[in-house]
Amino acid sequence: MDLDPEDVFKDEEDGSDNEFFQQSASSKEYVVYLVDASPKMFNTTCPGKDQKDETHFHLAVSCIAESLKTQIISRSYDEVAICFFNTREKKNLQDLNGVFVFNVAEREHLDRPTARLIKEFDCLQESFMREIGSQYGIVPGSRENSLYNALWVAQALLRKGSIKTADKRILLLTNEDDPFGGLLGAAKADMTRTSLQRAKDAQDLGISIELLPLSCPDEEFNVKVFYADLLGLDGEDLVQFMPSAGQKLEDMKDQLRKRMFTRRIIRRITFDITNGLSIQLNTYALIRPAVPGAITWLDSVTNLPLKIERSLICEDTGALIQEPPKRFQPYRNENVKFSMDEISEMKGISTGCLRLLGFKPLSCLKDYHNLRPSTFVYPSDQEVVGSTCIFIALYRSMLRLKRFAVAFYGSSSHPQLVALVAQDEVAKAGVQIEPPGINMIYLPYSDDIRDVEEIFPDTDDDAPRADEDQIQKAAALIKRIDMRDFSVSQFANPALQRHYAVLQALALEEDDIPETIDETLPDEEGLAR
Amino acid sequence: MLYRLSRFLRDHYVIWQNLLTWGGKKKEKPGNGQQFSNTIKSLPHFSVSPLSSSFKFQLTPQALLSLCLLGAEFTRSSMARNKEKLVLLLDVGPSMHSVLPEVEKVCSMLVEKKLIFRKNDEVGVVVFGTEETNNDLTKEVGGYDHIVVLEDIKVVDGDLIDTLQKLPRGTVDGDFLDAIVVGMDMLIKKYKDIHKGKKRLCLITNAVHPIKDSLEGTKEDQVETIAAQMTAQGMKMESVVVRGRLSQDANKRIMDENDRLLSIFSKQTLTRTVYVDSPTSLLGALKTRRITPVTVFRGDLELSPDMKIKVWVYKRTQEEKFPTLKKYSEKAPQTNKFATHQVKVDYEYKTVDGASKVVPPEQRIKGYRYGPQVVPISAAEWDAVKFKPEKGVKLLGFTDASNIMRHYYMKDVYLFIAEPGNTRAILSVSAIARAMKEMNKVAILRCVWRQGQQNVVLGVLTPNISQNDKLPDSFYFNVLPFIEDVREYQFPSFNSFPVSWQPNEQQQKAADELVQMLNLAPSGKEEALLPDYTPNPVLERFYRHLELKSKQPDAAVPPLDGTLKRITEPDPELFFENKSVIDALRKHFELKENPKLKKSARRLLREKPSGSNDEDGDADVSDAQAVNSIEKALVVKIEKIGDLTPVQDFEVILSRRDSPEWVGKAIKEMRDKILGLLSDSHEGDNHLIAVECIAALRKGCILEQEPEPYNNFLRYLNLYCQQKGMSNFWQLLASRKLTLVSKSEAADSDVTDNEARRFFVKTEPKPKD
Repeated sequence: MDLDPEDVFKDEEDGSDNEFFQQSASSKEYVVYLVDASPKMFNTTCPGKDQKDETHFHLAVSCIAESLKTQIISRSYDEVAICFFNTREKKNLQDLNGVFVFNVAEREHLDRPTARLIKEFDCLQESFMREIGSQYGIVPGSRENSLYNALWVAQALLRKGSIKTADKRILLLTNEDDPFGGLLGAAKADMTRTSLQRAKDAQDLGISIELLPLSCPDEEFNVKVFYADLLGLDGEDLVQFMPSAGQKLEDMKDQLRKRMFTRRIIRRITFDITNGLSIQLNTYALIRPAVPGAITWLDSVTNLPLKIERSLICEDTGALIQEPPKRFQPYRNENVKFSMDEISEMKGISTGCLRLLGFKPLSCLKDYHNLRPSTFVYPSDQEVVGSTCIFIALYRSMLRLKRFAVAFYGSSSHPQLVALVAQDEVAKAGVQIEPPGINMIYLPYSDDIRDVEEIFPDTDDDAPRADEDQIQKAAALIKRIDMRDFSVSQFANPALQRHYAVLQALALEEDDIPETIDETLPDEEGLAR
Repeated sequence: MLYRLSRFLRDHYVIWQNLLTWGGKKKEKPGNGQQFSNTIKSLPHFSVSPLSSSFKFQLTPQALLSLCLLGAEFTRSSMARNKEKLVLLLDVGPSMHSVLPEVEKVCSMLVEKKLIFRKNDEVGVVVFGTEETNNDLTKEVGGYDHIVVLEDIKVVDGDLIDTLQKLPRGTVDGDFLDAIVVGMDMLIKKYKDIHKGKKRLCLITNAVHPIKDSLEGTKEDQVETIAAQMTAQGMKMESVVVRGRLSQDANKRIMDENDRLLSIFSKQTLTRTVYVDSPTSLLGALKTRRITPVTVFRGDLELSPDMKIKVWVYKRTQEEKFPTLKKYSEKAPQTNKFATHQVKVDYEYKTVDGASKVVPPEQRIKGYRYGPQVVPISAAEWDAVKFKPEKGVKLLGFTDASNIMRHYYMKDVYLFIAEPGNTRAILSVSAIARAMKEMNKVAILRCVWRQGQQNVVLGVLTPNISQNDKLPDSFYFNVLPFIEDVREYQFPSFNSFPVSWQPNEQQQKAADELVQMLNLAPSGKEEALLPDYTPNPVLERFYRHLELKSKQPDAAVPPLDGTLKRITEPDPELFFENKSVIDALRKHFELKENPKLKKSARRLLREKPSGSNDEDGDADVSDAQAVNSIEKALVVKIEKIGDLTPVQDFEVILSRRDSPEWVGKAIKEMRDKILGLLSDSHEGDNHLIAVECIAALRKGCILEQEPEPYNNFLRYLNLYCQQKGMSNFWQLLASRKLTLVSKSEAADSDVTDNEARRFFVKTEPKPKD
């Protein structure tokens, strides 16, 4: 899994794959988690497995902890702040009451997650009551408004950086759908108005506010009471935000975890259905192999990073040279030279858009027609109004007729035939498992497919085949070792877990490296039975 | 040595026997033919003591001499054991002429790649269906007419490409079975029975003409004898049969007979027979680069600790990348013949402080990123703590196939086969694969391919039931993602969208029609754009350019020809056939630019200041790319008349006002397009489009008041139609009144109204008898 410097400094023309697989630092995200720490968050529990109920507060905090761990691995350029409101103690630059910004040493309030942040946040639950404390910040008769304060603090934290280079989000976790419910008359109206204004100001600055509501077992979180106005939701949008009541802990965790992600578009592309009918699509990389971060070479004496300088040396003369303008291929006893322009002209065989070529039954897509991870495609009306409608129509036709589209995706670096396979939406217990849309599967060319005839050894005889009796025995075996509930990606990557456990321990200068569990090892005792 | 030589004699003897028996080619010696055919029947018992009396009787002094020579060559050629020995058997008969350009391309590409990747492979070229005859067998035993050995088997060189790029156009319907025998004879004479599995025949034919009858036995008997010999000699064959659209008028009965005969090869030998029905799949059907398969893993597939199957794992797909070209240094003087022109890339690791000192390797240490921190860790430390799984492939369990969605496949694909020769393993794999298929189950595996591998691979095993009696059942294996590899983004349900975004009943119907009618895999025809037969157009283009440049160093990048455009662009024929469906789709759906877009459009169109450190600089990389692609698309659309909507393209170019040259260019392009359509036409299938194009051209020329180009073109067409006997097309033009442009329509015209009216009457070509 090591990355060589040769890999890092690949030729320009090989750079395409990196773009395909890696997140660039230019699409940064700044997130402030705004967590309600009111007594209601501690008093309400949701039913977990084995009678182990968890408080909403615990649920919120553990989801954030999990998300931080994912983030440091896969999106470590993103910056994050954790902020509690309805707290007894206060800690924020504005010195506002009822708001506590959690942080660790050697880190700004809004900053990239560090090993220490993750470690200390993991232990926070034990010390929370002692050091931060839970206390309603909105009480009748007082002028305090902790929600208002919290939004203010969050907005101030997000003042960093330009909205053009980063997505700024506030994620609000609460189980109180009516924060000013305890107030009456003018006080209530006043606080509602100022809070809404605060939220609107933030949104005007390009900050998006998202609500992650936690429903109580007996009572559904009602977005319409207050938060719909705060978030600026109406009509259909509202439906999206309705969590169902009485959810199981696992489902709720799942839902929270998923909502903490934003969807990142990797590219906007044009889909040419026929000449004159081109729609707009957004593509998303939902599945990409996570790899350990790149290696940085250090001076072992100072532990300072080294710079790597590349020099090109002419092998004939030994002279140092600049990047040569030509490449060559030895062929027919001579060196055939190509200019870089010619090379890119050769590769540029298409216009960069996705062109429909036709449709085939799903049975034509074989298990061996695969090369790399698929890309998810979802329509957008942002530039071309009407795109979504055509997309949905074709999508539904393909689902119903069990067909997929074949298209040519003319990306400049990797022009390729693709299969566009419609995926029906799949949801379980209110959690979306498969989003509706089309998956773009990169098809191999004949050059990429190995002949089976080459693989199997030469033989004069027919190959042996199992008889019915043997097949029945195999069927019995299959029934015995059936994993009914298997779902893709239920296992953590043990190599990656180990990698980051080691790094975390070393980063925190701990002596012991915690054991990691390899979930992928089969249950051999179970199998023996 | 003596034994091997004698075995060769026996094998060769069989061929000779066959030659004499088949096809009445030695009519002058019917008695001998009869006698030898009896000998053949006793051949299976003829194994240990090969030199029978009848053989001695047959051997001529010349043959003995050539055998001795071959014996000498035997030791030499065994050096290059892994080198492929290939004979191309190319049908160049009249019915093949239309696809010969593609045959020339694919065969020269094959040799080109050998020149780069497998320089020691040997190739011979045989064409059949020629007027002439020139092969050893015809000299030795007679018969085998209309078969020419263009190139004897030799180590690949540039001349071979030159030969393949100008294949002769034959005049006779060829006999593919004769050609196979000639090819086998060449291989046997040169290599005898060594190099088993490395000798290969590659037949490209349409197999629409009958092979000759034999004097003895049926055609099937002949083929079976040859097939048996092919297997005994360890020869493989690849047959590419060009059919469908490319052989419309052929006799079905003969084709069926030939298909049956060819299928005997597929069943009894290691022959891969591929049917293609488009020039595009002809380019992809022949493997132009053969990569020796290497196992990824050999060992146990552990179903449980005490239930194991011996398996070998290979790659089934692996991307063939664009070749990595070397950097070229021009430093060496022109006169230096021995200059390598290579460039060495050197990396130096330097401190970042002012001193910029080079740090020696032993003083370097790897640092791993963890968030903003970089954690230094030495190789030794890392080895002590890193994840070290044991080599092995373990079953986690079986599950319903529907639990694994297709889009979760992560990488290129592996093939699991039972250990060759291990009958128990083969049967176990077969039983499990077949049971999985029946029950619609897949297996989840955890794989560590080799000791020392630092990660595990999780994936899904799916059954691959063999369709070929010779090949055992096997499994495909696809890598699945771990939790860390999946981003669980949520997307709004389509049902939650406002009504205006939902297709109505008619729109849905129009979409249904499109999905059904724009069919790339119609029943009864070969599937179009099957990945297995679709070549990579970029690689095709690279190798063609390479060959061009080797002859002419400043050759321009060749354009994508029509055959390769079938991969990157819609098939105009398919889209034209379904014009009504496409028009309906256009009618039912309306697209317009988002009027509210202004702000983001500005953002979209904003040019990225080059080299600036402005924060905005790389903010919208994806947007910028989108715009580029759109702009590029526009330019491309407008500059050329495409295959899909030539009329519209013409009108667009004609109406361009950014340069006065566009009118002339549009007219010229359109003329070329029309002529192209006419010359590519099969039984007039392009005629309707061509007429539409001519109508558009006429209209355009009147609009631009440019009568002359149209009138000249029409006069030329008149001659063209007369020459080609295309009176139907000419009548079509007449019926559409697409006559000369007269003075009253365009002042510059030198044609009177009367002349224009009488043009078709006067010039109507006489229908051919």
